[in-house]
Amino acid sequence: MSETMFEKIWQKHRVLEREDGQTLLYVDTHLLHDGGATAFDFLRNRGLKPRAPERIFATPDHYVSTSSRKVEEIEDERHREMVEKLDRNTREYGIKQFGLGTEGQGIVHVMGPEQGLSQPGILLVCGDSHTSTHGAVGALAFGIGSTEVAHVLATQTLWQRKPKTMRIRVDGRLSDQVTGKDVILAIIAKIGAAGGTGHVLEYTGSAIRGLSMEGRLTLCNMSIEGGGRAGMVAPDDTTFQYIAGRPYAPKGAAWDAALERWRALPSADDAVFDAEVSLDGSAISPMVTWGNSPEDALPIDGRIPDPSSAADAERREQMARMLVYMGLEAGTPLSEVAVDRVFIGSCTNSRIEDMRAAAAVAKGRKVAGSVRAWVVPGSEGVKRQAEAEGLHEVFRAAGFEWREPGCSMCLGTNGDIAQPGERVASTSNRNFMGRQGPGARTHLLSPAMAAAAAITGRFTDVRRLLAGEA
Amino acid sequence: MEAFRTMDAVAVPLPRPNIDTDQIIPARFLSRPREVDHTEFLFHDARRLPDGEQNPDFALNREAWRNARIVVAGKNFACGSSRESAVWALFDAGFRVAIAPSFGDIFRNNGMKNGLLPVMLPADVVENILAQIEADPGARIQVDLPAQTVTAPDGSVHAFEVDPFAKHCLLEGLDEIGLTQSYEEEIAAFERRFGRENVR
Ligand code: SF4
Repeated sequence: MSETMFEKIWQKHRVLEREDGQTLLYVDTHLLHDGGATAFDFLRNRGLKPRAPERIFATPDHYVSTSSRKVEEIEDERHREMVEKLDRNTREYGIKQFGLGTEGQGIVHVMGPEQGLSQPGILLVCGDSHTSTHGAVGALAFGIGSTEVAHVLATQTLWQRKPKTMRIRVDGRLSDQVTGKDVILAIIAKIGAAGGTGHVLEYTGSAIRGLSMEGRLTLCNMSIEGGGRAGMVAPDDTTFQYIAGRPYAPKGAAWDAALERWRALPSADDAVFDAEVSLDGSAISPMVTWGNSPEDALPIDGRIPDPSSAADAERREQMARMLVYMGLEAGTPLSEVAVDRVFIGSCTNSRIEDMRAAAAVAKGRKVAGSVRAWVVPGSEGVKRQAEAEGLHEVFRAAGFEWREPGCSMCLGTNGDIAQPGERVASTSNRNFMGRQGPGARTHLLSPAMAAAAAITGRFTDVRRLLAGEA
Repeated sequence: MEAFRTMDAVAVPLPRPNIDTDQIIPARFLSRPREVDHTEFLFHDARRLPDGEQNPDFALNREAWRNARIVVAGKNFACGSSRESAVWALFDAGFRVAIAPSFGDIFRNNGMKNGLLPVMLPADVVENILAQIEADPGARIQVDLPAQTVTAPDGSVHAFEVDPFAKHCLLEGLDEIGLTQSYEEEIAAFERRFGRENVR
C-alpha cells in the first residue's frame, strides 16, 4: 500500500474508467460563486437540473460591492445582475446560498474552509482556478471551466484523465515574518509558472507541517500559479483542530468516524511521486514579485533583475517588456520602489490570521501620505471576528480603509480597480498585466509586508520596520 | 459543440511565454453571457495602445493575419484564470486551433469542450513554426485531427497527442453531458455504494 494521498482520494471517487483512460469521478462538494451564471443557462437550455443540490454551496464574491452590503446599491447593472442571478438560481434549485450580509458570505475559497465544508479526503470542485485552496485540508480540489460546471451540476460527476503527482518538500525552520505566501512565491520562483502543469502538487516537510491552517490555505491557493492542477497538504492535528466545531463539520460519533478515515489519508512513506522538488525553508525571505508572472519573485533585499542576465533571448525580451510595463529599472533595490496603493485581501490572504498579521504592523503607525490602502476581509465571518478583536480600529487609526468582504481589487470585476500606472502592493495571487485594471502594476507579497509598504510608502522588509530600522 | 476535423488556415504568431487568460480576455468582460459575440474582447487591452487606439504592431491587428484561424504561441499559453470566455473570445474571432509547447490545464479542457483544439508540440518545433509564420505573414498551416498531424508552411509534418475521448467528442461535436448520461446506471450504483458520505 504505497499510495499517495492523491491516489487514495482518486480511487475512492472513481465511478468508472474507460479503456482510453478517461475516468468518471464523483464530486462530493461543488462550490458556486456569482461568476457562474452561464452554467445555469446551459442547464436550462437543455431542460436539465442539478442532480444533487444538497452537495452544492454558493456565495456571491466576484461582483459584490465592498462599500455596501445591499444588492440594490451595486451601481453597475451587469454586476448587480450577476449577484441577483446567483440568488435566483440557488433558490430555484434548492441550493444553499450564503447570501450577502449573512454570516457565511465571503470569497468562495474563504467560505468553504470557514464553514467546514472543505474536509479531508473529499473531491471538491468549483468554477474557479483557485479551488486548489481547499486542498490545504487534505482534499482533492481543483478548478473547472463553466462547461464542466454545467456537467457537474447535471451529473455530479466529472471526466478526468489521471494527472501526475509532484511532491514539494520544504524542510527547515521558517524565519520570523516568513509566511505561507513567501513559501509559495519561493516555490513558484523555483519551479516556474508552468512547473507544475499536469501535476497535483503535494506539499510536505517540516516547514509545511509547521504552517497554520491559514498558511496552508495560502500555500495551496497559489498552486495554480505554479501550473499545478491542485495542491494538497496531508491532514494532521492542525487540520483537525481547525475543522472541529465548524458549522458543517461532522459532530459526535460522525466526527470520530471521520477522524479515523482522515488519519488514513496521508501518503505512504514509500509512496512514489512522478516528480520531486525540495527547498530549504530556512533560506526563504519575505518575497515580493517584480514582473507579470508570479514566478518573477525576489527576496525583499533583492534588486530588479537585468534582462541582459537572462538565460536566453526569449526570456530577455520578456523581462524587458515586463520592466517597461511595470515602470521599473534594472538594478533598482526593491526597497527603493515606491507604491501608490495597498490591497490586503483576496482568497490568498484575507483570513483572520492575515488580518492579525497586517494589524500588528499597522498598530500605532500611519499609512504614508502618498498611499491609499485597503483592507478587505475575506468573509463576513472574518470581518466580524476582526471587529470583535478591534482590528478594524487599528487599521482605521493607521489610515487604512476597512471594507466589506469580497474579491474586490484582486481582479476588479466589481469595479474596484487601480488606475493606469498605479503601483499596487497586493496580497492577492496574480500580477498579470492589467489584472487589477488596465495599466495597473501589481506586486505580490504577504499581508505583513503589504502593511509595511503602506506605512513606509515603498517595499520594506517588515522585520526591519518592526525592529525600528526602517 | 461545433465539430472539428481538419483545417487549412492562416496562423498568427504570438511568440510569448505565459500569455494568461487575463490578457486573452480582461476581467471586466466576464459578466457577458455566452450569447454575446466575444470577438471584440479578444486581447482587448493587449491589442490597444495606452490611448485606446489599435496597436498596428499587435499581430492580430496586422492585415496579413486578420483572417487567421490558428494561433501559435509560446509555452504555458492561456495559463491562469479558469474563465471559459477566453476560449469563447478566440472561438468567436474565428480561431479553431491553438498550438503551443504547453497550455494552462484548465484552458486545455475548456478548449476541447468548446470546439477549439489545443495542440501541444515540442518547444523547438513550435519555435520553428513561429519563425516560419513570422517570416511569411499569412502563411498557412494544416491541422488534421483524425491523423493527429500538423503540417507547417515548409511542408514538415508533426504528429501530436490528443486524449482519445476528447478527440472523439470533438470529431463528432458531442457534448459530454449526453455521453455521461448514458452511464446513468454506473453513477446510480456508485451513489448507492457511496451512500450519504460527505453529504452535509
Ligand atoms: S479573490 Fe481573486 S483569485 Fe480569489 S476567487 Fe476572487 S477573484 Fe478569484
